[in-house]
Amino acid sequence: MPRQSPVPETVDREFFAAANRGRLVVQYCGRCDRWQYPPTTRCPVCDGAESFLWREVEGRGTVYSFAVVHDTQIASLRADLPYTVVVVSLDECPGVLMLSHLPGAADVAIGQAVRPRFAVTEATGQRVPEWEPLS
Amino acid sequence: MTAPQVRESAAGLFRVDDGLGVWPHRGRVAAVGIGHSPTARRWDGAAETSIGAWTILAVRRAVADAGVDPAAVDVLVLDRHTTGGGSPWPEGAEIPREVAERFRPTDDPLDGVARLSPQWLLANLPELSGVKLVVVTTMCMSMALTAAIETVGRGHGTTAIAVKAWHNFPGRYGVRGANADPTVSGPAKHGVRGAGIAGANSFMNAMEFRRYLFKYGKSREMMAPFVVNSRANGLLMPEGYWAQHDPRPLTAADYLGSRMIADPSSLLDNDLPVHAAAAYLVTTAERAVDLRQPPAYVLGHAGSGVARGDRYDGLPYRSVVETLEESEAWAAATARRVYESAAVRADDLAFENCYDGFSFLHPFWLEAFGYAGVRHGEALDFYQGDIGLKGPHPVSPSGGNIGGGRTRFWGHTDSIQQIQQRAGARQIGRPATIGLSGGFMPYWSNFVIWSRDPDGP
Ligand SMILES: [Zn+2]
Repeated sequence: MPRQSPVPETVDREFFAAANRGRLVVQYCGRCDRWQYPPTTRCPVCDGAESFLWREVEGRGTVYSFAVVHDTQIASLRADLPYTVVVVSLDECPGVLMLSHLPGAADVAIGQAVRPRFAVTEATGQRVPEWEPLS
Repeated sequence: MTAPQVRESAAGLFRVDDGLGVWPHRGRVAAVGIGHSPTARRWDGAAETSIGAWTILAVRRAVADAGVDPAAVDVLVLDRHTTGGGSPWPEGAEIPREVAERFRPTDDPLDGVARLSPQWLLANLPELSGVKLVVVTTMCMSMALTAAIETVGRGHGTTAIAVKAWHNFPGRYGVRGANADPTVSGPAKHGVRGAGIAGANSFMNAMEFRRYLFKYGKSREMMAPFVVNSRANGLLMPEGYWAQHDPRPLTAADYLGSRMIADPSSLLDNDLPVHAAAAYLVTTAERAVDLRQPPAYVLGHAGSGVARGDRYDGLPYRSVVETLEESEAWAAATARRVYESAAVRADDLAFENCYDGFSFLHPFWLEAFGYAGVRHGEALDFYQGDIGLKGPHPVSPSGGNIGGGRTRFWGHTDSIQQIQQRAGARQIGRPATIGLSGGFMPYWSNFVIWSRDPDGP
């Protein structure tokens, strides 16, 4: 489904570069043993930068919750109403949630297992991670 | 008149940390005067309805309502912002000349139109000649009012005006600027706070509420009595949007048939952006007894957020969006601090005016405060009973933002009026001895405990 193209910035360039290669990376602080998303420049807990690194993950997750959007202020999403926005809890990264789009009023449930795939966004061709139900 | 001292941060005035104990100024500060502008859906472009004009009107009404000499006001607390971001001034649009000519300007041509500086407000309220201190707050009336209460409690002034205004310009709220772009930058591209890629302002609250329904085995339909009650109460608030422009009660069928925005959140779960201003006059308990209205004493206040130095923010989410578990924990911690500050318990409350914009936030707060003995997961069952004004446990007698429009101040107005016994048709059936009002969200809030008796229960 159509959506806005994210413009990579310093803080998340690695994230979007990995997505263009079909990979999911998440920041991890070795000192705190803590995963971080959204991207930040330093670990928000210990303020460290040296041990705060991008790590590749497989990206399987679980549906934390979701809502079916019937009206949106985002012009590029208006073409495809309704759509479902899922909050995905990443199995390998405790505490990390990512948002994903599914077309229509998707047949999805809280607790359902999901896996990542990479979708191309229209404006710039930037790929982004999205998740789809496993079964 | 010498220029007042302007403090650009109110961070040090908020009680957002644990273990602060009973508020040291318990029962020694009171709200007395209330002033409201009319409430419009959108600004019509006239000088006399500009947000600056309506703020002046609200302040004057609050001062007159209290019966205070305007020159006695020595503290002004305000938020410079008059929109949460959804209604920016249209780029390149000209300010109507009539508006520019009506008021004493500052260097900022949008002052009094799309925002509000203390310099503009004081220049256009010359009768407030005694203001020595201005405190600039942020977000909501809950913050401005709390800052005014704490300022008076600490003795930094004796008579404070807390003011909050919301403009709303023509055009669809939020459908402007970055939302129209084919690309997205900044935190919105990760969906931080449910903004940006989620595509609906109510997304985060909607998905949290869906998680709530799942966790406790409830259904969305169970919100209907709350929304119906809120509109009914809001229609009895003469200043509210629906009371002034479309005084029709809602039915459960209206709620259940309302179009979805971010399912499970429908149009009627979202509060309506409006154009309005309100002001409260807060003073010492000693001065309050001699004024035109009875005092609504403050027993305590506390909230949630991060206040470090001059920095004042909401609590950070663990990840991109707030989870139900975070909301519940933060709201519960807030309630503990509020009760501790006032030295009251849940069963001392005669009424509550907890934040409700979006509607689904109300059950989170209600449960956290344990109003009427309601525990986690029980709010929706509680709504099925008697929650009306004349019942044993009145819920949101103000009607809140759902019943009056998005101002985030109806609950404070109602609480003060309930305690003063001048809530008119909204006056609750049981004695309005002690009440609660505040908001907004669990991650960032301030609540006040009001009392008819300065010594509390
Ligand atoms: Zn760390």
